[in-house]
Amino acid sequence: MNAIKRFLGIVWIILALGMGYFLVTFGWPKFVSGTQDGLVFGIIILFVLLPLIVLGLMVFGYYALIGEYTQDE
Amino acid sequence: MNNTIPRKPSSIWSVITASSMGTLIEWYDFYIFGSLAVVLSTKFFPADNPTAAFLSTLATFAAGFVVRPFGALFFGRLGDIIGRKYTFMVTLLLMGGATFIIGCVPSFETIGYAAPFIVLFMRLLQGLALGGEYGGAATYVAEHAPKGQKGFWTSWIQTTATVGLFISLLVILFTRTMLTPEQFDLWGWRIPFWVSILMVYVSYLIRKNMSESPAFAKAKSEGKTSTNPLKESFGNRYNLKFVLLALFGAAMGQGVIWYTGQFYAMSFLERVMSVNPEQVITILVLALLGGTPFFIFFGWLSDKIGRKAVMMSGMLIAILSYRAIYEKMYQTTNLENKTEMVERRTEDQALKQLGDIQDSVFTTIRYFEDGTVVTETRTWHLEKGVSKIVSGKTQIAQAKSIEVNSADKWILTFLVWIQVLFVTMVYGPIAAFLVELFPVRIRYTSMSLPYHIGNGIFGGLLPAISTYFVSNAQNEGKADFYLEGLWYPIIIGAICFIIGVIYITKKMTTRYTD
Repeated sequence: MNAIKRFLGIVWIILALGMGYFLVTFGWPKFVSGTQDGLVFGIIILFVLLPLIVLGLMVFGYYALIGEYTQDE
Repeated sequence: MNNTIPRKPSSIWSVITASSMGTLIEWYDFYIFGSLAVVLSTKFFPADNPTAAFLSTLATFAAGFVVRPFGALFFGRLGDIIGRKYTFMVTLLLMGGATFIIGCVPSFETIGYAAPFIVLFMRLLQGLALGGEYGGAATYVAEHAPKGQKGFWTSWIQTTATVGLFISLLVILFTRTMLTPEQFDLWGWRIPFWVSILMVYVSYLIRKNMSESPAFAKAKSEGKTSTNPLKESFGNRYNLKFVLLALFGAAMGQGVIWYTGQFYAMSFLERVMSVNPEQVITILVLALLGGTPFFIFFGWLSDKIGRKAVMMSGMLIAILSYRAIYEKMYQTTNLENKTEMVERRTEDQALKQLGDIQDSVFTTIRYFEDGTVVTETRTWHLEKGVSKIVSGKTQIAQAKSIEVNSADKWILTFLVWIQVLFVTMVYGPIAAFLVELFPVRIRYTSMSLPYHIGNGIFGGLLPAISTYFVSNAQNEGKADFYLEGLWYPIIIGAICFIIGVIYITKKMTTRYTD
């Protein structure tokens, strides 16, 4: 189980990067669309969800990878 | 005088009553804004484009949610330094004042852009207050609860979010019933905001006689409280990893399931299915009433079989069944499945005067064999007797309202109730789960942040993001456009479930059970 936890750390880091890519490609066109609703969603996606998901999940993945979550078994 | 020493022994029930009542009122204050989003959008934001106006309100709604984590940090720090009781007294008064002021702000037509700015500012204050309140109340109750019963006792705090929503809907329903639609639209919507100030005053009187939590009072008297809870919580890898685990392995999924079951369901009924707003409120009130006792049940059950088992089961069942539930909901009022009694159809045209505004309203009422009644209105906004034209476009508003028959109403109530049941499974035990993950000295700060990011950001943004997915899919002509909004809670819930199942261990969740 500890090996799985560590291995999944890589998955969370990749997932964070993938979600970051998705959020940028999804959010940027909204942000520059010039419409009110597009701007609102662009801001929410780029400046709230993106840093939270990408940074948070990457740090979580990193901790999992270095075994921080296996020490509590 | 040392305020941290209990002045008199408090029974657990008086602690529960005082804590729950204040938290309930804060949730009430917070949710009337969301429940009245459609009315507020017409009052405080330029109404040239109804969708834009609605999204603006949702954005304000989101602003209220996004700011919650900052409230968690600010008040969490205070709560870990000066005490739980005084901190959540401040949050209560801040929330009550902001809510009352929203109810007093003149409309956009009267004071222009000052109106949305004041509302936005008050909404931000509401978010800050709520961010500080919940963690304090949950911590305060947990620190009074006997060992091995934290799930049961904190579950009373967990009912307050749903009961607060329930009461907000009841007050709105009562106000709507007592007034004509025109009166409600003109000034009646302000009443639910004004009611808040009375409830806050009563709660303040009850809370001010409470004593500090025994665990915090003991820690303070021994000089063991933290001097810098923020640094200890988030600057220390050992604690930060639990904060991240609490967020990605529990609070994030719990947040989206909470908002799907209680807010997205309401938005879906009203905006996607076009069900009559009063019927929507009735459906939701009944579902919440039937579901609320299960918060206590699942809180109690988590004391017996573990928090993780209860929360993860609820999360899994929810994400596997959402699409089926919403498909059934949509088909229940799908007019393609019903037969119209064409001979009973009525069409009417009338001039409507509301203040200085004159509209020409065309109303068509259609009756169906199963008792469903559909009212469709097309409103031409007039200016000097002719159609008003803005930016080259004739100003026409179209609306549809479906009055469902009794059998369909109960089917919809049942389907919403099931979703509330999922909410009770994931939400009932989570306060105890979070409290037991962190030590007394940084508990308020550490548990508040993941809770409010999970609920405020991941959950709070759900109505806006899901509504956007639905309208996008509708514009693209997708046949099952109405299910597209569910991808957000399903994906977020699935990631959270996997992380929770794999990484949360019994040892972690029983570190601070005293």
